Amino acid sequence: MKLLFSIAVTLLRAKLRQSIVAAVGVMFSITMFVTLLGFMNGLNDLLDGMILNRTPHIRLYNELQASPRQPVQVAWEAHQGKDRPAAHHFIRSVKPKDDLPRLRNAEAIMDVLDRDPRVMAVSPRLVAQVFFNAGTVDLNAQVNGIDVNDEIRYYRFGDYLTEGDPHDLAAGNNVIILGKGLADMMAATVGEAVQVTTASGERSILRVVGIFQSGIADYDKVQCYTNIKTVQKLLARPGSYYTDVNVKLHDLEQAPAMARELSARFGVDAVDIQTANAQFETGSDVRNIISYAVGIVLLIVAGFGIYNILNMMIYEKLDAIAILKATGFSGPDVQRIFLLLSMIIGLLGGAAGLIGGFGLQRLIDSIPFETAALPTITTYPIDYSLKYYIIAVVFALLTTWIAGWFPARKASRVDPVEIIRGK
Amino acid sequence: MNRSPLALDVRKVNKAFHDPVTVQVLKDVSFSVERGAFLSVTGKSGCGKSTLLYILSTMDTDFEGDVVIDGISTKGLPGDHLAAIRNEKIGFVFQFHYLLPEFSVLDNVMLPGLKLGRKSREEVEADAIARLKELDMADQARKMAHQLSGGQKQRVAIARALINDPLIIMGDEPTGNLDKRNAEIVFDIFKRIAAEHKRSLLIVTHDPDFAARTDRNIVMEDGRVIGGHNGSSTK
Ligand SMILES: Nc1ncnc2c1ncn2[C@@H]1O[C@H](COP(=O)(O)OP(=O)(O)OP(=O)(O)O)[C@@H](O)[C@H]1O
Ligand SMILES: [Mg+2]
Repeated sequence: MKLLFSIAVTLLRAKLRQSIVAAVGVMFSITMFVTLLGFMNGLNDLLDGMILNRTPHIRLYNELQASPRQPVQVAWEAHQGKDRPAAHHFIRSVKPKDDLPRLRNAEAIMDVLDRDPRVMAVSPRLVAQVFFNAGTVDLNAQVNGIDVNDEIRYYRFGDYLTEGDPHDLAAGNNVIILGKGLADMMAATVGEAVQVTTASGERSILRVVGIFQSGIADYDKVQCYTNIKTVQKLLARPGSYYTDVNVKLHDLEQAPAMARELSARFGVDAVDIQTANAQFETGSDVRNIISYAVGIVLLIVAGFGIYNILNMMIYEKLDAIAILKATGFSGPDVQRIFLLLSMIIGLLGGAAGLIGGFGLQRLIDSIPFETAALPTITTYPIDYSLKYYIIAVVFALLTTWIAGWFPARKASRVDPVEIIRGK
Repeated sequence: MNRSPLALDVRKVNKAFHDPVTVQVLKDVSFSVERGAFLSVTGKSGCGKSTLLYILSTMDTDFEGDVVIDGISTKGLPGDHLAAIRNEKIGFVFQFHYLLPEFSVLDNVMLPGLKLGRKSREEVEADAIARLKELDMADQARKMAHQLSGGQKQRVAIARALINDPLIIMGDEPTGNLDKRNAEIVFDIFKRIAAEHKRSLLIVTHDPDFAARTDRNIVMEDGRVIGGHNGSSTK
């Protein structure tokens, strides 16, 4: 094998220009493949991140709605027996009593989830509708009482602040972080105070400690954040009053099944991230398919290049093949020589392509990319995953192997007598 | 080692080409070559000498009859087996030197030895240099094959044929391209190989002078062995 390898290398060296052209073909396609996938997936991660980072894997809440089984019906069924068989009740449409969709037993639920091994983090939320008073106009907004440290840690809350420090929100009372659109409408800046009115008419003054920008303008016009205690105070509710429990899992894929399980177990509504954001998955998938398809087409083109060059080489090396065979090299030996030759081209081209791909990724990564929608992004996003490099190498070797196999087989079948007689 | 008294035994070899019309090129060719014998084959152009040599060297397997090399019947053996026999037992010298131009002279001589794999690279290299020295080519060892003159190439091809110390050396007009002086050198080399190394030689030639000086001359006509000097060879 060592001998065959050295013969292959010598033959390559003798046709250095053609070999380099073939290797450059492989290199080019590997470079493009790696760059394309890194860039596409960087974009995917960015776009997904806009929503998915911020979204809990499972959200537990109570939909505010009339109970499907009215109290009187429950009572009726409980007493229904042989003594009152044909009776019927007429009381319907008892409206919900509470003005807020409180999640009952939230603390008990959180306790259970904290101990669940599938769960990475559990954090409560208290969401309420409020008005901000900007001059004579009342702006409708949603205030999110959050567990600030959890949100920073698990939902990258800090990444979306254009101004201010998220930790200020955890520290202070009566502080608030406004969505960018909302702050603009009120002409509020960090450090100023804003007046907020709850649905039940209570007013409070909150100090702005930060501006928040999610990248989705409509969202930023109506959202603001503060700690849970502040909202509980605004609403004059007790310390155990929550509207949502957000769950982050270790494995995102488990979310739909687990959402169903939790919903049944605790008798609450549960929505999983896949159901809530189905369109994002589809978008990523399509982008992925396109980039793989383009990458593989590039490799196939490079494969044809190798095929051509090898075929030409074999044609030019018919004499050498005849001599090798006449002096005792078998057909399979000759086949291995040319297959090795192809693989050397593939390996060298592939290795150069990986380096080129990394270089190109770095280059793209350094191009400024600033958009108002994405405050924390300054350059084009790149996903440097090793995965794409490995796929690229595997494909490079696979295509060069296939591209080399047919010419190599042809070489192994050369009849030396025909060549020698032909002289 | 197999100690068959015959280096080569050719048994009723028939060969026909079918393209464009069927032509019987070899007809019942039978003869044998003893160890250490120096044979020549002569005959008119087109009588089938080259065709016979390709069959005897196991490169052409499309024939009837049998070729026994060192006691081993080669008929029906698989290709890689034949390649191994070629590598170990047969040295072939072509009319047109046929070296690998992208390799050095030394590499050209060494390749069949490295393929055989019985000796280390160093030993094969030492052997190759010894062979080249015998042929007065040691000083050219590091040159590339394509930089040599015709006669020099022919001597390198002979050195290559000798590297594995083969049982039999076959040549298809190895001196056909050489001037009188170089042809003389090559003939002397062959003579010495037969005498000193006890190797058999089977050399096709058009040179009656050359043929006359070999141990035995096989004369062919129209695909048949019709005899020769120093006793008929038909078995
Ligand atoms: N591939 C082939 N197809 C058809 N006929 C062939 C083929 N190869 C050789 N022949 C014929 O076989 C016959 C013998 O050819 P061969 O080359 O063995 O002759 P030769 O004795 O070596 O002649 P020379 O002395 O000119 O080299 C010739 O008539 C030739 O035309
Ligand atoms: Mg001939």
